Amino acid sequence: MFHVFEKIGLYFILMGKVFSRPEKPMIYRQRIIREMEALGLDSIGLTAIISIFIGAVITLQMSINLDSPFIPQTLIGYATRETMILEFSSTVVALILAGKVGSSIASEIGTMRITEQIDALEIMGVNSASYLILPKIIAAVFFFPFLTILSILIGIFGGWMIAALTGIMIPADYLDGLLLDFRPYSITYSLIKTSVFAYIITSISAFFGYYAKGNSLEVGAASTRAVVVSSVVIMIFNLILTQILLI
Amino acid sequence: MIRADHIIKSFDGRTVLNDVSIRFETGKTNLIIGRSGSGKTVLLKTLVGLHAPDQGAVWYDDVNFTQLGFRERKAIRKDIGMIFQGGALLDSSTVEENVKLPLDLFTEQSEAEKMERVNFCLQRVRLDNANKLYPAELSGGMIKRVAIARAIVLNPRYLFCDEPNSGLDPQTSIVIDNLIHEITREYNITTIINTHDMNSVMEIGEKIVYIHQGYKWWEGSKDDILHADNPELNDFVFASAMAKRAKSSVMK
Repeated sequence: MFHVFEKIGLYFILMGKVFSRPEKPMIYRQRIIREMEALGLDSIGLTAIISIFIGAVITLQMSINLDSPFIPQTLIGYATRETMILEFSSTVVALILAGKVGSSIASEIGTMRITEQIDALEIMGVNSASYLILPKIIAAVFFFPFLTILSILIGIFGGWMIAALTGIMIPADYLDGLLLDFRPYSITYSLIKTSVFAYIITSISAFFGYYAKGNSLEVGAASTRAVVVSSVVIMIFNLILTQILLI
Repeated sequence: MIRADHIIKSFDGRTVLNDVSIRFETGKTNLIIGRSGSGKTVLLKTLVGLHAPDQGAVWYDDVNFTQLGFRERKAIRKDIGMIFQGGALLDSSTVEENVKLPLDLFTEQSEAEKMERVNFCLQRVRLDNANKLYPAELSGGMIKRVAIARAIVLNPRYLFCDEPNSGLDPQTSIVIDNLIHEITREYNITTIINTHDMNSVMEIGEKIVYIHQGYKWWEGSKDDILHADNPELNDFVFASAMAKRAKSSVMK
């Protein structure tokens, strides 16, 4: 138990270093752009593929489970939209990105630690925590919401596509359902969650990488721990944010 | 000048450095030698501030480096260059970007001025046409040379090298040794090299410190080492049959 509190303390000390005043903002700007490409743009493909299939599956399942003359088919479009916006495109995509981006960050920074690249930066007088981690956090917090919006749009399109291809429901009813009782605040809620999750993924993964010790096996273990802890913290914050923002 | 003053350093209750006091002279190539696990890397990392000593102090000329905070150390760090065992080049940056990084961070020079300095340093270490290569595309010797170029780009007053010859063939090792020695003389730098390469000891060791089980066991020059009667030092330096023969022929 003491070990957990020690880790939490170390995490906050690291974040204190990360958010201290940068040496040269111009250098950070270039690094943020690079990180947006590495963490954000490179995740578009995965997000799109998963979203289109999940959107299609949600529509199929809804149409099977809501197959009753007393339930209007528009509810299938409505349910697909709400599922994508409220939960899938923020939380589930965040969990997937915790696997892809989180492990990549932990192993990158962990490798830099064991090959003394971080020591080299420290000896140069660079705040290595801020130089390496801050651009990743900023890039993810600002870019991941775009992935969420993309995921919502592609998922909804996937639902429409399966309706049109299989004939399981009338596509026009699906489109009517998409417009049913739409609350723009749901999008805001989803984007706030995504930004918080982006911070959780990048900061926790960077923490495990930054304090990696030993050899490549340890870097692999740090990467796994980063994904597991990020995922658990995401689920806890999903509950807290839903309570705060929706109830 | 760099001075270690009664340094004691322990890890998990095990004392790795025990009351070590050494003075490293300016303009000289100072070597720290010792067996693996003797504490020489810990000593080097304590000197550069990567480890804080439990007791004692490290002095850079008249400044007590140990007592300085992160921001105060920054001024001295700009005067420090370090070459790590594996090079420690940033994997995601090209040769040019690696060498330019200290200039980007600590100078207000224009891009053209920075590139002029980068190219000068790369030519100084005899590394042409490698600007756009990534560390993964370089040989071991080239990595060391880029690390030297990065270490000297800000005209340091203090240069630290942690086993600069490890993993290199004998010829490349001599090239790297001579390069470090030349740079030390040329810019009047205080250079401290951590090594267990006996060729380096005999070629460039102007001051040699032998660390044994965490203690400073012996110090002297490369000429003194041939006549030293310290049994632990002799066992270490003249460990091979060839080295023993070489010593006895010199003694004759």
